[in-house]
Amino acid sequence: MTERAPNQDADRTPPLVAIRGVSKVYERGRERIEVLHHVDLDIPEGDFLALMGPSGSGKSTLLNMIAGLDVPTEGTLRVAGRQIEGLSATELARWRAAHVGFVFQFYNLLPALSAQKNVELPLLLTRLSAAQRRRHAAIALQLVGLSDRATHKPNELSGGQQQRVAIARAIVSDPTLLVCDEPTGDLDRHSAEEVLALLQRLNREYGKTMIMVTHDPKAAEFARRTLHLDKGTLVEQAGPDASS
Amino acid sequence: MRRHKGVKYLPLLLAALLRKKARTLLTLLSVAAAFALFGMLDAVRVAFDSPQSMVGIDRLITSSRLSLIQPLPSADLARIQSVPGVKAVTFASWFGGIYQDPKNFFPNFPVDPESYLDMYPELVLPKAQRQAFLNTRTGAVVGRSLADQFGWQIGDKIPLKATIYPNRDGSAVWTFDLVGIFQAAEPELRGTEKQMLFHHDYFDEGRDLGQGTIGWYIERVADPARADRVAQAIDRQFANSAFETRTQSEREFQLSFAKQIGDIGLIVKAIMGAVFFTLVLLTGNTMGQSIRERIPELAVLKTIGFTNRAVLLLVLAEAVLLLLIGGLLGMGMARLSLPAIREATSGQFDLTMQTETWILAVGLMTVIGIAVGLPPALKAMRLSIVDALAGR
Repeated sequence: MTERAPNQDADRTPPLVAIRGVSKVYERGRERIEVLHHVDLDIPEGDFLALMGPSGSGKSTLLNMIAGLDVPTEGTLRVAGRQIEGLSATELARWRAAHVGFVFQFYNLLPALSAQKNVELPLLLTRLSAAQRRRHAAIALQLVGLSDRATHKPNELSGGQQQRVAIARAIVSDPTLLVCDEPTGDLDRHSAEEVLALLQRLNREYGKTMIMVTHDPKAAEFARRTLHLDKGTLVEQAGPDASS
Repeated sequence: MRRHKGVKYLPLLLAALLRKKARTLLTLLSVAAAFALFGMLDAVRVAFDSPQSMVGIDRLITSSRLSLIQPLPSADLARIQSVPGVKAVTFASWFGGIYQDPKNFFPNFPVDPESYLDMYPELVLPKAQRQAFLNTRTGAVVGRSLADQFGWQIGDKIPLKATIYPNRDGSAVWTFDLVGIFQAAEPELRGTEKQMLFHHDYFDEGRDLGQGTIGWYIERVADPARADRVAQAIDRQFANSAFETRTQSEREFQLSFAKQIGDIGLIVKAIMGAVFFTLVLLTGNTMGQSIRERIPELAVLKTIGFTNRAVLLLVLAEAVLLLLIGGLLGMGMARLSLPAIREATSGQFDLTMQTETWILAVGLMTVIGIAVGLPPALKAMRLSIVDALAGR
């Protein structure tokens, strides 16, 4: 992982994520539910974006589409230089492996694997040797401050530690983009702050582009900027860096 | 490189299997039990299907064409003797006597002592005992295993209760004087030590019915390569007579004798069919349950970039690995138990596990693994990441 300065000049550099006219409609029987309505959004490289909004506002759906987990009904998504809305399931899987790191609310670690082996998981999809995989995983664990817990199973770790292992797993293959879905939703305040500080450090010191969905305004304060979604539409833009 | 690619997923497969250790252990034990049974039963089937000894390849057996239990006239001996290619002839009958308790079953045959012992040189009897057998009308000889089983010694009187042929005096008990104990010439023929032989003349005169008949003839042919032609020639002698015959090799005769119980191959297949059907249901259910519990984990694998095909193969490999571990464990148990079976039956069941049994077993493990793994693997492959992560 290389140390990078965040991209402050979004006007001249093409955005890492360019969303144009994206809509998402779910059909349940005869019912038609529009979750996202013609969303336009640019996310520059090095950004740390918090997506907020009430339940059902479409923030997780938008996150899933940026991460290549879901496809829009309408509109285009260009992420990390690639138009992803038309990719097949296999192409999307390979694209995700190369470009996206995921952090979930409930950590989603494999319970039978040690922290080290959990972190190595994304590297199984690369051509790295076993020794290289071990070395990369050790570096990622060191970065999140859990070198001494490498051999521990998830049930031997606290919630905060499990989430840090999940973050190590998300960054181990040095993805272009980190997406976090309520990463502190299952943590106490102290652990949540530790996790958020870690994410902020990854963004500020290592230039990782991050998109975080959260309900928590305090969590959103760690981001560079915040977007609010309501009924599938972007309604507000704010954040510490928005005014600068 | 390909080997390396597969091996790197092994910890992932083992982790999936070790997730619920007790459940995996119980499933492994049921797979092991099924394959232990398969290993033993297939060894029985192979023992019945393939000749393992060269002993007896020059011997033919002539029995009634109608049924094994249908007797033949003892007067036919001379006609069989006269068939070109027949070097020697003897005969035996099924007596079916019981010693003390029906569960003490062992074959006992009235024979013509001299010609019978000449016909079966693999039954090694000391000279003096052979002479005593020839000279003693009520004399009997038994194999070493049988003598050891009941603690018999030369000089003992052995009473057998007749089940087919009562004594002419109305009694069901026939008493024999033990005058000799024979041993098998080769260790793999120890099964022959479980029989008892006595005088046909004593039996024929003493029995209430069936005088002048015997059970089957045994011929030694001059040239084993021409045994088929000799057999046909013997049967032609008796064609269209009241006692038509069927002549076959000793091996075929033993098989048809055993097949009176039923078709061993069919019985083995039926039992194994039932066992494997149950195994498929049981293991299939376990795999299905295991995958249902791991839907979020599988969704995570797909999220971080495992393709649908990779997830399908992972689940299939997990099922095949489960079957291979349990199955090989069971086959190993079966292999280890065969010498014990041989020991316990004094060599009567001298079973060996052939390479074809191992190949068949590994093939079955793979096929059953794929069969039980395919439904959950397809489910895992079709898993919608968004729905699975949302718990829908």
